[in-house]
Amino acid sequence: MDYLKLAMFAMIALLAAIAANFGHDLAYTVHAVIIMLVAGGMFLWQLRQVDEDKPLPDVSGYMDGPVRYGVVATAFWGVTGFLVGVFIALQLAFPVLNFDWSEGYANFGRLRPLHTSAVIFAFGGNALIATSFYVVQRTSAARLWGGNLAWFVFWGYQLFIVLAATGYLLGSTQSKEYAEPEWYIDIWLTIVWVCYLAVFLGTIIKRREPHIYVANWFYLAFIVTVAMLHVVNNISIPVSIFGSKSVQVFAGVQDAMVQWWYGHNAVGFFLTAGFLGMMYYFVPKQAGRPVYSYKLSIIHFWALIFLYIWAGPHHLHYTALPDWAGTLGMVFSIVLWMPSWGGMINGLMTLEGAWDKIRTDPIIRMFVASLAFYGMSTFEGPMMSIRAVNSLSHYTDWTIGHVHSGALGWNGLITFGCLYFLTPKLWGRARMYSMSAINWHFWLATIGIVLYAASMWVTGIMEGLMWREVDANGFLVNSFADTVAAKFPMYVVRAAGGGLFLAGALIMVWNMWMTVRAAPVHQGAPNNAIPAE
Amino acid sequence: MDTYSIFRQIADSWVLLAMFAFFIGCILWVFRPGARDEYAQAAGSIFNDDELTSAKDPAETSSNTRLDVPHDNA
Repeated sequence: MDYLKLAMFAMIALLAAIAANFGHDLAYTVHAVIIMLVAGGMFLWQLRQVDEDKPLPDVSGYMDGPVRYGVVATAFWGVTGFLVGVFIALQLAFPVLNFDWSEGYANFGRLRPLHTSAVIFAFGGNALIATSFYVVQRTSAARLWGGNLAWFVFWGYQLFIVLAATGYLLGSTQSKEYAEPEWYIDIWLTIVWVCYLAVFLGTIIKRREPHIYVANWFYLAFIVTVAMLHVVNNISIPVSIFGSKSVQVFAGVQDAMVQWWYGHNAVGFFLTAGFLGMMYYFVPKQAGRPVYSYKLSIIHFWALIFLYIWAGPHHLHYTALPDWAGTLGMVFSIVLWMPSWGGMINGLMTLEGAWDKIRTDPIIRMFVASLAFYGMSTFEGPMMSIRAVNSLSHYTDWTIGHVHSGALGWNGLITFGCLYFLTPKLWGRARMYSMSAINWHFWLATIGIVLYAASMWVTGIMEGLMWREVDANGFLVNSFADTVAAKFPMYVVRAAGGGLFLAGALIMVWNMWMTVRAAPVHQGAPNNAIPAE
Repeated sequence: MDTYSIFRQIADSWVLLAMFAFFIGCILWVFRPGARDEYAQAAGSIFNDDELTSAKDPAETSSNTRLDVPHDNA
């Protein structure tokens, strides 16, 4: 088996070296070199293990290694993604930051997909993989299925992130929002994702609890649907096997529809269903109370699943897409309001009888704020999908503000809460190193989001009104450059808000580091031993 | 009829009906008799022991469900 692996790694390294030699473009060559180095490193690592006595791994407990790595990766990619976000926000306010020497690599157009993918797929994706591995084991009372396959999922996903990120900087993109990586990266992600599904499903199948806890339903919906979305939206034919360029199979309005069917369901299933899975485990766990209504959780699960998939066309109002399709998307988006709020109410009401914890437990406060932002952005979203509102809001910064109140508020805060929950648990500490630092993080993040969302509402609505303003003769009053000039103060406020959010995340990283470094407490520390401040 | 029209017709009629029926069925299923106890048990299952011990048998796991968890809306 060792020799087989050695041969396989050597073969991959050799093929990657050949591909690097024949590569038609820089991104492809760099990626081939990265793959060659990774395969070469794996070869050496494997070589050192040949004919060594390997101690049998302890398989009696939960498999928390990949979860620990996932927690660290989540924090790392989070800070990276936020940092790039603050930088591109400053680039918009101060264009001089698009330096001449980095033109073509680190200008706004190249860094923007790096930011979105880093926060959604690297930060959010790692958070989802890590928490799903943690939750599925606890709720199934079973160790992860598939042995080291979970490690493959973790490292394979990191390789996907590195390839995608370097590709964006070097100009390898298929120009589909949130699906920018080119064909070979898509194929790699498909392989990793199928393994992820296998590990998750395998663990559920060998569970020792009679019931599949509702969090696992959400996680499973997220994994299955993302697999389907990813494959369909990335059907493309490579121009050459030695180049990164590929051509989409769909064309024109069909391509646009497939893209936004994918794009909106990435929001619906990646950023909503997956994170609701987190919510249904960690919020009750941290509150020490079972979820408010289990029935509601099942009903709103099926409602979300059946409705979200139709909402995509609202991204294509006033385009070549037929009106009936736009109306369909709009109606489903508005109906979605109900299951979304079902989830929010279920999460918030879990604290019924324990509302004092919002005052005493900063982690609960983070979860509650995250659910409040979830409720707010799932109210705002359906409203913006209405065709008349969309005629004002589309293509303006209002959309950016909406996305960030959801992403920073809902996804960000709930992930931070989970990291604060998991870090002491995974490293055997009684609690986080500093409770007041969590408090600082909470306020920095919340004020940052408020500054961000408020400035984007102002600039978005202003921009929309300026674009449509006509004089008595029917001529447009403002040029595009006029709106750009008028937005400057709001762009500075937005960058400041992002800076506060980043500062909070840095405090979290310090806190996590100090928690892990602190001396381990005696085993058997009581659950939820979070003291009142 | 071309492929698009055939698919369109099936989607507009039987598939729509089937999906709607499945969805209504899911909601009705939640309110079936005996669901309340089962869901209360499932909701409390996350408060079972966090440690995985090989000796623990499933029957024991479900019997100590929600031992110390107050729950007044079950």
